[in-house]
Amino acid sequence: MKTNDVILQTTTKLVFFIIFLFSIHIFFAGHYTPGGGFVGGLLTTGAIILLLLAFDLKTVQKALPFNFTIMTGIGLLLALGTASGSIFFNVPFFTHAFDDFTLPLFGVTSLHTAMIFDAGVFLVVVGSAITIIQSIGGDS
Amino acid sequence: MIFLPIVAALFVPMLFRKLKGIHTGWFVLVVPVLLFGYYTTFLSTTMDGGHAISELQWIPSLGISFVSYIDGLSILFSLLITGIGALVVLYSIFYLDKNKEKLGNFYVYLLIFMTAMLGVVQSDNVISLYLFWELTSISSFLLIGYWFTRDRSRFGALKSMMITVFGGLMMLGGFILLGIMGGTFSIRELIAQSSTFINHEFFTLSLILILLGAFTKSAQFPFYIWLPDAMEAPTPVSAYLHSATMVKAGLYLVARFTPIFAVSEVWIWLVTGIGLLTLFWGSIFAVKQTDLKAILAFSTVSQLGLIMSLLGAGAITFHTNEAIFALAMFAALFHLINHATFKGSLFMIAGIVDHETGTRDIRKLGGLMSIMPISFTVAFIGSMSMAGLPPFNGFLSKEMFLDSMFALRDFSLFNFDTWGIVFPIVAWIASVFTFIYSFYFVFKTFAGKRKKEKLPLEPHEAPIGMLLSPIILASLVVVIFFIPNVVGKWLVKPAVMAVQPYEYAHPSEVAVTVSAWHGFASPALWMTVGVIIIGALLYLSLSKWQKIYSIQPDHLSLNAVYDATMTFSEKGMNRLSRFYMNGLIRTYLIYIFAFVSVITLSVLFIQDAFVVDMSSFTEVNSFGIINAIILVLGVIFILFSKTRLGAIIALGAVGYSVALFFVIFKAPDLALTQLVIETVSVALFLLAFQHLPKLSDHGETKRNKLANAIIALGVGVTVTLVALSAHSQKLISSISQYYIDTVKTEAGGGNIVNVILVDYRGFDTLFEIAVLSIAGIGVLGMIKLRLAKKEDSNENK
Repeated sequence: MKTNDVILQTTTKLVFFIIFLFSIHIFFAGHYTPGGGFVGGLLTTGAIILLLLAFDLKTVQKALPFNFTIMTGIGLLLALGTASGSIFFNVPFFTHAFDDFTLPLFGVTSLHTAMIFDAGVFLVVVGSAITIIQSIGGDS
Repeated sequence: MIFLPIVAALFVPMLFRKLKGIHTGWFVLVVPVLLFGYYTTFLSTTMDGGHAISELQWIPSLGISFVSYIDGLSILFSLLITGIGALVVLYSIFYLDKNKEKLGNFYVYLLIFMTAMLGVVQSDNVISLYLFWELTSISSFLLIGYWFTRDRSRFGALKSMMITVFGGLMMLGGFILLGIMGGTFSIRELIAQSSTFINHEFFTLSLILILLGAFTKSAQFPFYIWLPDAMEAPTPVSAYLHSATMVKAGLYLVARFTPIFAVSEVWIWLVTGIGLLTLFWGSIFAVKQTDLKAILAFSTVSQLGLIMSLLGAGAITFHTNEAIFALAMFAALFHLINHATFKGSLFMIAGIVDHETGTRDIRKLGGLMSIMPISFTVAFIGSMSMAGLPPFNGFLSKEMFLDSMFALRDFSLFNFDTWGIVFPIVAWIASVFTFIYSFYFVFKTFAGKRKKEKLPLEPHEAPIGMLLSPIILASLVVVIFFIPNVVGKWLVKPAVMAVQPYEYAHPSEVAVTVSAWHGFASPALWMTVGVIIIGALLYLSLSKWQKIYSIQPDHLSLNAVYDATMTFSEKGMNRLSRFYMNGLIRTYLIYIFAFVSVITLSVLFIQDAFVVDMSSFTEVNSFGIINAIILVLGVIFILFSKTRLGAIIALGAVGYSVALFFVIFKAPDLALTQLVIETVSVALFLLAFQHLPKLSDHGETKRNKLANAIIALGVGVTVTLVALSAHSQKLISSISQYYIDTVKTEAGGGNIVNVILVDYRGFDTLFEIAVLSIAGIGVLGMIKLRLAKKEDSNENK
C-alpha cells in the first residue's frame, strides 16, 4: 500500500534544511551558549530521521551517500587527534589552545581547538546514531 | 643433592625412547645408589651429633629458601629413602615388563617422588617442606593411578589425593601459624624459641593442624582408608611409597616437631592415643582381608600406629626424665627402620606371588612352599619379624614397645594414671592380632594344600633378579637383630638426639642398650609369651571366628563414610547451585536488587546515617509540582500498560517531562540533549516495535508479582533515603566555583557545561563517544551477522 505523501515530502525537504542549519548553529554556538557537538549531532540525526520517515531508506542513502560507520571512525580520530596533538607542544594530554584571530570574512573570531574536538563528537554522534537506525530499519 | 632425582627424571623419557633394548630401570638405578653412597658419608658427622647445612635461596624477601639440613633424624630417613629406593628400582626392573609397560612414565614419577621425599625430610624451611610434601602427594597420586585404564586405580588415586591433600593444606595452615608465632619459617629457629609458644593463642590450633597433616599422610585413624585403596598401584610402588617412605613422612613430621609441641599435653595424648587406636584398629582389620596386599596395607596402618604411639610416649621425656620414655623414642625410630625392612620385603614377596601365580587372593593360594622356597623363606622372616618373634629385629622393637606402653600405666602427669592402664592392654591385644595376621599372611599363602585349579598361572619360583631385593631386606631383618646396638649407635641415637635436642649433648648420652634378653623380671617378656600363646590359639581356630567380621555391615565402615561424604558434597553442591542458579535473569535481578537494598539499608541503620536536613532544600514552585505529577502519572502508566505502544509513548512522556525539569532547574544543555535524545530513542523504539512479540506476563504468578513489587519498593525507598541523607550531609563544598571563575580566562569559553565537556574533562567525552561508536558498530554487527547466518542456513537447506 503506497499512499501519496506529497505534502509530507515537500514539507520535509524544507524543514530538513532548517533543522540542519539550526543544528550547525547549535554546534558552533556551543562554547558560549547552550549547545555543542552532542546536541548538534543529535539534531542532525533528527533531521535525517525525518528524511527517513518521509522517504524510504534507499532514497535517503542515495541523497546522503555517506558511509556512516566510517564517519564514526573519522569523528573518533578527530577527537583523539585533537587530544593528543597537545603532546607535540610539550603540554599535557588534552590541553586545548585558543586565541582570537582576524579572519577575512568574519572579523575578529575566537578560534579554539576544542571546536575540532567537538566536531569529532558531532561526527561520532551522527555516524553511530544513523548506523543504528539504518541497520535496524534495514532489517525488515 | 635433593634435586638429583628430579633432574635425572628429565632424561628418563629420552632414555626410554632411544634405548629400547635395555630396561630403563638400569639407568635409574644409578641415582638412588649414588645418593645412598653420598648420604653415608654424612654418618660420621651426625654420629657425633653434628649436622650439615646447604642452602639455596628461593624467595629471600619472604624468608623462604631451600635449606637442606642433615642431622641424625634426616639422615636416617634419607638413607631409608635412597636405600629402599635402590632396592625397589632393582625389583621393578624385573617386575615391570619393558615392552608392555610405559616405563618412562613410571620412572619419572618415581624419581620425582624420591626428590620430594628427600626434600620433606631434609627441609629446614617449613614452606619448602610443605612444597615437597605436596609433591609427594602428587607423585604418589600419579603412581597409584599408573594403570590408569583401570577404574580401581583411578578411584584409589583420587581417594589418596583427596585425603592427603586435605591433610597437607591443614598442615600448611599450621605452618603459617607457627611462622606467625615464631616470626621465622626455619624449623631450627622455631625449635630454639619454642619455649615461648606455649601460651600463645595459636599454639594448640597450629598443633592440631600440623597433626592433621601428619595423620592423613601416615594413614592414622580415621584417615587410613586411602592406604588399602592405594594398593592398586604397581607392587614396587606399594613397597616403596606405602610401606617404607611416604607413609613415614607423617611420622617424620611428628618427630621433627616434637621439640616444639611436646610441652603440650594435647600433643602427647593425641599422638599416643591416635597411634594406639590405629594400631589396634589396623591389626584387627588386617585379619579380615583376603587380598595379600590389603593385609599388608592394614598391617602397615597398624605398624604406623605403633610407631606413632611410641613417638607420643617418647615425647613425655620433656616432662619427666624416666629412662623408660627415652627408650620409647628410641624404640619408635628403631621400629621405623625395622618396619621399612620387613614390610618392604613382604610387599615384594606379595608382588612375586602375584606375578608368578596370577592372583593375590589368599583364598586361592596355598601350598606354594615347595614351589617357591626362597620366596617362602623371605616371607617367613618378614612375617615373623612383623609378629615380633626372635631372632628377628621386630622382636626387639616390639619388646621395647610393650615396655614403654607398660610404663605409661604409672605415668602420673596429665591424668595418665587414671586411664593409663588402658594403654598396655590395648597394645597387648593389638600385638596378639599382629601375631595372627602375620601367620595368616605367610601360612595361608605358602602352607597347606595346593589349589592348582584356582590359579591362573602355573606357579614357579621367581627369577633371581626379582628375589634379590627382598633377600637383601630379609637378611637385614636378621642382621639387625644381632647387631641392634651398632644400628643404634650409627643411626638411631643421633636421630633420638635430633628429636630431643634439649636432653642430650651427644648421641652417646642416649642411654639405651638393646638386648634381646631382659631377664624374667621384664613385663614385656611375659606379655610376649602371652601374645604367642593366645595368638597361636586364636590363629589355629581362625576358621571358627573369622566370620564375626561379616557382622559389621559395609555401610557402617569408614569407607562408607568417605563415599557418602563425597557423594553428598557432589550432589549437595549440585543441588545447591541448581537451587539458586535457575537460569532466569528475573531471579538473578531479584538477588541483586534485594542484596543492594538490604545491605544499603542495614548500613544506613547501623551507622545511624539517615539524616534529613530541611534547611538545605530549595523552594518548590508550582511548575515543578505540576511537572512532577505528570512524570509520576507517566511512570504509573508504564507499569500498568497492557500494550507495548502505550508503554513506549508513556516513556516518551516521562522523558519529555524530565527535559522540562531540566528547563525548570536551569540546565539548557541538558534539556536540549534530553529532548532530542528522547525523540531519537522513541523513534528507535518504534522501529524495533514491529519486530517485538506481544507483551506477555511471562507466566508470573501473583506471588512473584508481589515479591517483585516488594523488592521494587525496597529499592525505591533505599535510593530515596540515600539521596535524602546524602543531600543533607555534605562533607566538602562543591568545586564548581573554580569553573565559574576560570571558564573565560583558562578555557576561552562561555558555556560552562560545554567547556567542561570538551576541555576540563574532555577525557570523559572522548570515551563516551567511543562508547557510542561501539554501540553503533555493535548493533550493526549483530544485525548484519544475524542476517548473514540466516542466509547461510537457507543455502544449506
